[in-house]
Amino acid sequence: MSVYLLRGVSPLGAEPVDLLIRDGVIAELGTRLSAADARVIDGAGLVALPGLVDLHTHLREPGREDAETVESGSRAAARGGWTAVHAMANTDPVADTAGVVEQVWRLGRRSGWVDVRPVGAVTVGLGGERLAELGAMADSAARVSVFSDDGMCVHDAVLMRRALEYVKAFDGVVAQHAQEPRLTENAQMHEGEVSAALGLTGWPAVAEEAIIARDVLLAGHVGSRLHVCHVSTAGSVEIIRWAKARGIDVTAEVTPHHLLLTDELVRTYDPVYKVNPPLRTADDVAALRAALADGTIDIVATDHAPHPVEAKDCEWGSAAMGMTGLETALSVVQEAMVDTGLLDWAQVATRMSSTPARIGRLADQGRPLAVGEPAHLTLIDPAAVWDCDPAAMATSGRNSPLRGRKMSGQVVATFYLGQPTVLDGALNEPVELS
Amino acid sequence: MSSAQRATDPSGTSPPSPAVSPAAPAPDARAVLEAAEISRALSRIAHEVLERNKGAGGLILLGIPTRGVHLARRLARRLAEIEGTEVPVGALDVTMHRDDLRRQPIRAIGATNVPAEGIDDHVVVLVDDVLYSGRTIRAALDALSDLGRPRAVRLAVLVDRGHRELPIRADHVGKNLPTSQLERVRVHLSEVDGEDSVWIEGGS
Amino acid sequence: MKHLLSAADLDRDAAVSVLDVAEQMAATQQREIKKLPTLRGRTVVNLFYEDSTRTRISFEAAAKRLSADVINFSAKGSSVSKGESLKDTALTLEAMGADVVVVRHPVSGAPHRLAHAGWIRGAVVNAGDGTHEHPTQALLDAFTLRRRLVGEDRGDSSLGQDLKGRRVAIVGDVLHSRVARSNVLLLHTLGAEVVLVAPPTLLPVGIGSWPCTMSYDMDGVINGDHGDLDAVMMLRVQQERMNAAYFPSAREYSRRYGLDAKRVAALPDHALVMHPGPMNRGLEISAEAADSARSTIVEQVANGVAVRMAVLYLILSGENS
Repeated sequence: MSVYLLRGVSPLGAEPVDLLIRDGVIAELGTRLSAADARVIDGAGLVALPGLVDLHTHLREPGREDAETVESGSRAAARGGWTAVHAMANTDPVADTAGVVEQVWRLGRRSGWVDVRPVGAVTVGLGGERLAELGAMADSAARVSVFSDDGMCVHDAVLMRRALEYVKAFDGVVAQHAQEPRLTENAQMHEGEVSAALGLTGWPAVAEEAIIARDVLLAGHVGSRLHVCHVSTAGSVEIIRWAKARGIDVTAEVTPHHLLLTDELVRTYDPVYKVNPPLRTADDVAALRAALADGTIDIVATDHAPHPVEAKDCEWGSAAMGMTGLETALSVVQEAMVDTGLLDWAQVATRMSSTPARIGRLADQGRPLAVGEPAHLTLIDPAAVWDCDPAAMATSGRNSPLRGRKMSGQVVATFYLGQPTVLDGALNEPVELS
Repeated sequence: MSSAQRATDPSGTSPPSPAVSPAAPAPDARAVLEAAEISRALSRIAHEVLERNKGAGGLILLGIPTRGVHLARRLARRLAEIEGTEVPVGALDVTMHRDDLRRQPIRAIGATNVPAEGIDDHVVVLVDDVLYSGRTIRAALDALSDLGRPRAVRLAVLVDRGHRELPIRADHVGKNLPTSQLERVRVHLSEVDGEDSVWIEGGS
Repeated sequence: MKHLLSAADLDRDAAVSVLDVAEQMAATQQREIKKLPTLRGRTVVNLFYEDSTRTRISFEAAAKRLSADVINFSAKGSSVSKGESLKDTALTLEAMGADVVVVRHPVSGAPHRLAHAGWIRGAVVNAGDGTHEHPTQALLDAFTLRRRLVGEDRGDSSLGQDLKGRRVAIVGDVLHSRVARSNVLLLHTLGAEVVLVAPPTLLPVGIGSWPCTMSYDMDGVINGDHGDLDAVMMLRVQQERMNAAYFPSAREYSRRYGLDAKRVAALPDHALVMHPGPMNRGLEISAEAADSARSTIVEQVANGVAVRMAVLYLILSGENS
């Protein structure tokens, strides 16, 4: 059964239409469609978006399967409306060779819930000393095009320059985790009023901004693409805006949690709020929202970072950094951006599907909802309200800062390669790939 | 510190409440002793103390805070008037020796002032306003034993309202007041409350 | 109060009542029999993840003087050094029936977690957490100040009094000092004015919102630029901070921010010299200053027992416990 008739869905928030999916593509779009062999899905009140593409996820496999696996992470992604995720390279072993990226790629295909695109490390072992074999990873079956040492910063200026230059050969992009290491030694939270009161070592905004400033100038100088991971400060936004105005080819992402939460939450000393880059001030949140609205920040990426329970069930200083996000991202974006009038659904589609697909060079994702396009899409019910309960999520990670919150908007169905991975709000079936 | 000074911060701290509160009596209260009767009772107690002790020699009065201390001072003045000798007066706070701390709101700790001569080999007369279960006096005896070894310990109270839970009795009583356990006995003294009176409230 | 995690947990009335109860406790410590039966049958656990003989003994003495049972748990050579988590240690203490856990930990916020994570039901007293707070130190400092400044001034008891109108300078490594944070909060609560003195590298970013003023000029503050001082509180400076470039050398630090005999002489006659200990004689404080008649350093230690007795009493008695 691979014929689905989505009745009365609102594509990108526009007037409701019927949408027919057949054999993996959008076959028809119109009103009062019919198909005898179709499974009909009532789409009244539902918004249809192209399948979401996450440029920044941590699937933890190989090496940290106690936190997440490609299988559990893929399921979480499907539930969240994603049809493609980029799996970051800070696994164990690090994804710095063709062998490891191909392993992750194969695990993704075997799971079949989403398109798993491995990210290749920039430096060997994330050590920041020698370039990894970027070309080999690009040529591998995984066809890596995004490279990142995320978790670590490529802080050596010469190495960053070389990487920016080198990836031009295969239209790759370096995604930088901007964190000057010497300014953030043992940093625990944003450096500001709250850190002063709580006696926790601060992570100053300048440690992010200084690296971004250097990197945009480098990218401009060598004529490369640059992508900035998880932008978290108002100052970083200013620098990126300046760079774009000068024609530098830089793109930037923001996480859902940085659009919503501030460092005031750290007063509870609850490690569920410990994340890198850290939660910052209300002014930063406002600047990030405005930047996502005006396009200075191009996309939303989750930086989904699951951890085993014991890594968070302890005192702050000993806790791991990271928050889960695949299954809550869309709701957070709806609350922070759509319900506040900053974005409409068409703009959400750009920021969570088409632009990330373009940055990652995914030709078949983030496509318009039009006849002949691949049927990767997600149906959302913006009116639904649900309780965030980490125990009920598909991700193995219980470290969601939104636990106990009422969330707005729910994914009702997700179609990957024309087949429903999520139906009626619950996981359905993965796709069998040959 | 008065019970009116309550903390309002969200962590829920509040200052300890005093053991008694100088509030106005409830509408259903009835006065059982007026100023003149209290005065007469104290005079009678003073004579009894001297009679029992065969004079003022070796006597020390220790009042139990708050009102017991004022009663002890008044008693000491009467003893001085009658016998012509100064009897040492002090205060004995028993809060830290109580056995019911966990069941009450936190109590402020009052001052303990033992006269310079100490209590060893003296006759200590404990003075309190109301004798009820006897637990305060038991705590007082424990507190005394930490301070020294008196030759004898006696007890003088303004009001005995019955319902003893321990084998404790007063040597000198101003007034016996049969009460029910539902009632409250309030003692007002001019030094604390502006006037002298004893009230019973509640009950029927 | 259920827990004592931060000096901010106490408002003015609560802080004054702790000091008043501490006075009564101190009075009992002058008697031949120093022990009181007040906390008999209660169990106090000293959970010390950092070496601290002085503070631990102070809490131990306080608990024992109130007849509580004391269990000492230090990290060295214990299950902790074998990797046991704070949570598992807490669960063990709960199983042993701890009524209150006095905890000193190198990580800021650990006592907060202990109190709120749901691992134990007892009360938690913060005996120093990382660079965050050390509330009982601030209480014993305030107690010492009140006794010496208010008690002696008025020639009578300091009961019921706060520190309104007093001015205290806190000098040294404020950035890394839990004693400084607790003292700024508590002294302000008690109505005193605080001026922090340190090189710019040792003052936290974000200090602008603290209820105090600050200065980089030690001599200026001592000479009264911020008003006449009633006390100078010197903070310990660690030698390791030199290696992290907080200041260039011990000599330069001492020259600019050390309390030497000359600076002591420039203080108002009645002003006190305080130090939470342990001291680096010759670095932040000279021997003359430490041993002078104005120094309260020794009595701060003695007052610590009375103040901790008061804290344990207020936490463990009353309906909340």
